[in-house]
Amino acid sequence: MSAVLADTVPPLVSTPPIPNALSLTLTSVVDLTSQIRAFTLRAPNGAVLPEFVPGSHILVRCGERTNAYSLTGSGVHPLEYTISVLRLPGGAGGSTALHALPLGTTVQVSRPRSAFAPVATAKHHLLIAAGIGITPMLSHLAAARDWNRSVSLLYSYRPGTAAHLDEARGFGIDDLVESTTREQFRRTLEQRLRSQPVGTHLYICGPQGFTDAVLLAAAEAGWPDKRVHYELFGAATLDPGAPFTVRLARSARSVPVAAGQSLLEALEAVGTAVLNLCRRGICGECALPVLAGKPQHRDLYLSPEGKAANDTMMCCVSRGHENELELDL
Amino acid sequence: MTLSPPAHTTASAASAPAPSAPAPPAPAVPIAARAVTLPFPFPADQYRYGTNVEAAPKFVATEAGGWGARVLDIDADYASELAERARIVQRDPSRCQTLEHMRPAVWDTITTLLPILATEYPDLMAYTRDGRHCTWRNDLLGLSLEFTVGDDSSLGVDPLEFISGQIQDDIAILDEREGALWLDAGVVTFAADWCLGFDVGMRFAEIHGPVPRVHGERIVSRAEQFLMHLQPGETFRRTNWSMTVDRRLDTSTDVYPEWGRDRRLIEDDPNFADRMHLRVEVQHLIRLPTSGAILFLVRTYLISLAEIATVPAWRERVGRVLEELPEDMAEYKGLTRFRHQAADWLLAP
Repeated sequence: MSAVLADTVPPLVSTPPIPNALSLTLTSVVDLTSQIRAFTLRAPNGAVLPEFVPGSHILVRCGERTNAYSLTGSGVHPLEYTISVLRLPGGAGGSTALHALPLGTTVQVSRPRSAFAPVATAKHHLLIAAGIGITPMLSHLAAARDWNRSVSLLYSYRPGTAAHLDEARGFGIDDLVESTTREQFRRTLEQRLRSQPVGTHLYICGPQGFTDAVLLAAAEAGWPDKRVHYELFGAATLDPGAPFTVRLARSARSVPVAAGQSLLEALEAVGTAVLNLCRRGICGECALPVLAGKPQHRDLYLSPEGKAANDTMMCCVSRGHENELELDL
Repeated sequence: MTLSPPAHTTASAASAPAPSAPAPPAPAVPIAARAVTLPFPFPADQYRYGTNVEAAPKFVATEAGGWGARVLDIDADYASELAERARIVQRDPSRCQTLEHMRPAVWDTITTLLPILATEYPDLMAYTRDGRHCTWRNDLLGLSLEFTVGDDSSLGVDPLEFISGQIQDDIAILDEREGALWLDAGVVTFAADWCLGFDVGMRFAEIHGPVPRVHGERIVSRAEQFLMHLQPGETFRRTNWSMTVDRRLDTSTDVYPEWGRDRRLIEDDPNFADRMHLRVEVQHLIRLPTSGAILFLVRTYLISLAEIATVPAWRERVGRVLEELPEDMAEYKGLTRFRHQAADWLLAP
C-alpha cells in the first residue's frame, strides 16, 4: 500500500473527510527519482507526532481523494512524518495531485495505522521489496537496528529508479542483496527462501505481480502462511464482479448491486449512509453485520478467521452471490 | 488533584450528585468514602458476560459520586498497594515476567504510561522526553530520575518492575501474532483467582478457557478480534467483578491456601458484612504505539457489603444481581458458598 489507492477509484466518487485527522504542514519536498517524490509533514507547532509501529501507513487527504502511504521514518518519538509517492500519470488524480502540492500546504492525514508489523518472536526477518515497495521496509529496518534484530533485505529495482537506496544501505545490515534484473532477483529469491534459519518471518512489498511471484515461490519452498506477510500496493484493480441483490433486514428492502458497482455505492445510491473511509478494503470503517448468506470477501482488513465467520463484511469491496445476502441494516 | 479520603472516614452526603425530584428520604448513614469513587459495575439487576467495552477515559456519574475521568487512577491506597506489590514480587518473582521478545513492548509501556500519569496528575508528577533521553519525577514516591529508552541499566531495576511500581494497576502485555493474542509479559500481584506463572505464554483464548458461557456465545473470540483491531493510541476499558473475603488484593491461585478457607469460614462470621467485599476490576486496553502490543491494565477496588449498603440504590442492585446470578457463573467466580447469604443481607428490609 505504499503507493496509490485512489487512482483506481472511479473519478466521480469523492471520499469523505478523514475522522480524527491531524492537520500537518508540508515542510519539505525532495525528488528521490524522476517519478518518486518524498514529502515531509510536521505539526504546525513542531509537536511530537503520534508514534507508530514499523510498517505503518497514514491516509492522506488530497483534493477529494484519500490515499494510503507507508511512513518511511522511524516510529519512535517522531517529529515528522515522511512518505514517498510514485507518480502514476495515468491515474485518476491521487499521486499527481500530491506531486503538485506547494511547500507550506496544510494536509489532512490520519493517525498512523498498523497493518504490516514485524513479528516480535521472529528469529530472523527477511524483507523483500521491489521498487516503491521499499517504503514500509525502512521503518522495519530502523526498529531492527534499535532492538538489535536479525534482518536481511532483498531489494529489487530497475537501475536508476531506486528510491531510498542509500538509506537502505546506511542501516549497515549484514545482509543486503540488491537485484537489478528479474533473473538476478529470481536466483537470489530461490536461494534465500531455502536457506533461512528456523523461525524466520518473510515480509513482502511490491507490485501485485511481484508479490504473487514471491508468495508462490515461498509456498513452493514450504513456507507456512503464518510466517509470510505482505502488503500490496499499486493499481491492482479488483474485477467488477457479478450483479447481486442484498436484503436489508431492518428496513425490509432489497437493494440491487450492479457489476462494477460496489455494495457501498449501491447503498449510498438508495440513501443508506454507511461510515467509510478508504473505500479500498483496508481501513475497516465500512464493516457491515451479515445476518445470512456468504459474502465474497475481497478486503485486506478481516483476518482469515474473521472472513470465515461470515458475520461481517467490508461493503466497499466485498460482494455477495446472487440474492442470498441479508444485512442487519 | 485530590486523593480519595482514607477508608475509615466518610464523605459528606453533599459530595453525591443532587438527587432528582422528587427527593428521596435522606440516607440513614453517610455514603462510605470508598463508594464515592467506586466504579460501580452493575447497570441492571441482572449480570451476564458481554464485551462491555467503551472508549476511555470518560467520567461516569454514579449514585454515590463518579469515576473514570482518568486512565490511571491513584487514590489514598497508592502507597500501601505499591508496597504490597513490591513485597509480593520479592517473595514470588514469577509474578513479574517478561519473555525476551517483549522488551520493546515493556519500554513502550513505560513511555506510554509515564506521560499519561504526568498529564493526569500534573501537580505530583512530571515527564520530559528528548529523543531517547527521559526524565521522570514522582512526588508521591519522592522519586526523580533520568533514563534512556531501551537501556534497561539506566533504570537500575527490571523495566517492568519499574513501571509496576508507579501505578496501582496490575499489568499484562499481549503480543499479537498468527492472528491471535499471547500473554507474554506482565506484573500480576492482585489477581482474582488466576496467576501469571500459569498463564504466561498462553493464547488469549486459552486463558479464558475455564470461563463458563463465553465460548458458546463467542464472546472471547469477538473480544480478541476487537483487541486486534485496536489502532495505536486507542484506549478502551471495561469492568469486571467478583467477591473477596477481607481487603485482600492478592487472591491469586499461587496463594490459594492463604485465602481459600476464608470462603467457608465467612459463613458463620458475625462481621459478615464488614468482611465480605465486592471486588471490582477496571480493565484498560491500550494499543501500544511502537511495538503494537496490547497493554492490559487491571485496577482492583474492594468495597465491603457494609460500605455498599451506605448507598441505598446499590444495596438493592447488588442484592438482586447476587440473588439472580446463574449457578455456573457463581461457581466460576467462587461465590457459591456465600452469595445467597450476601444477597439476603443486602435485601433485608
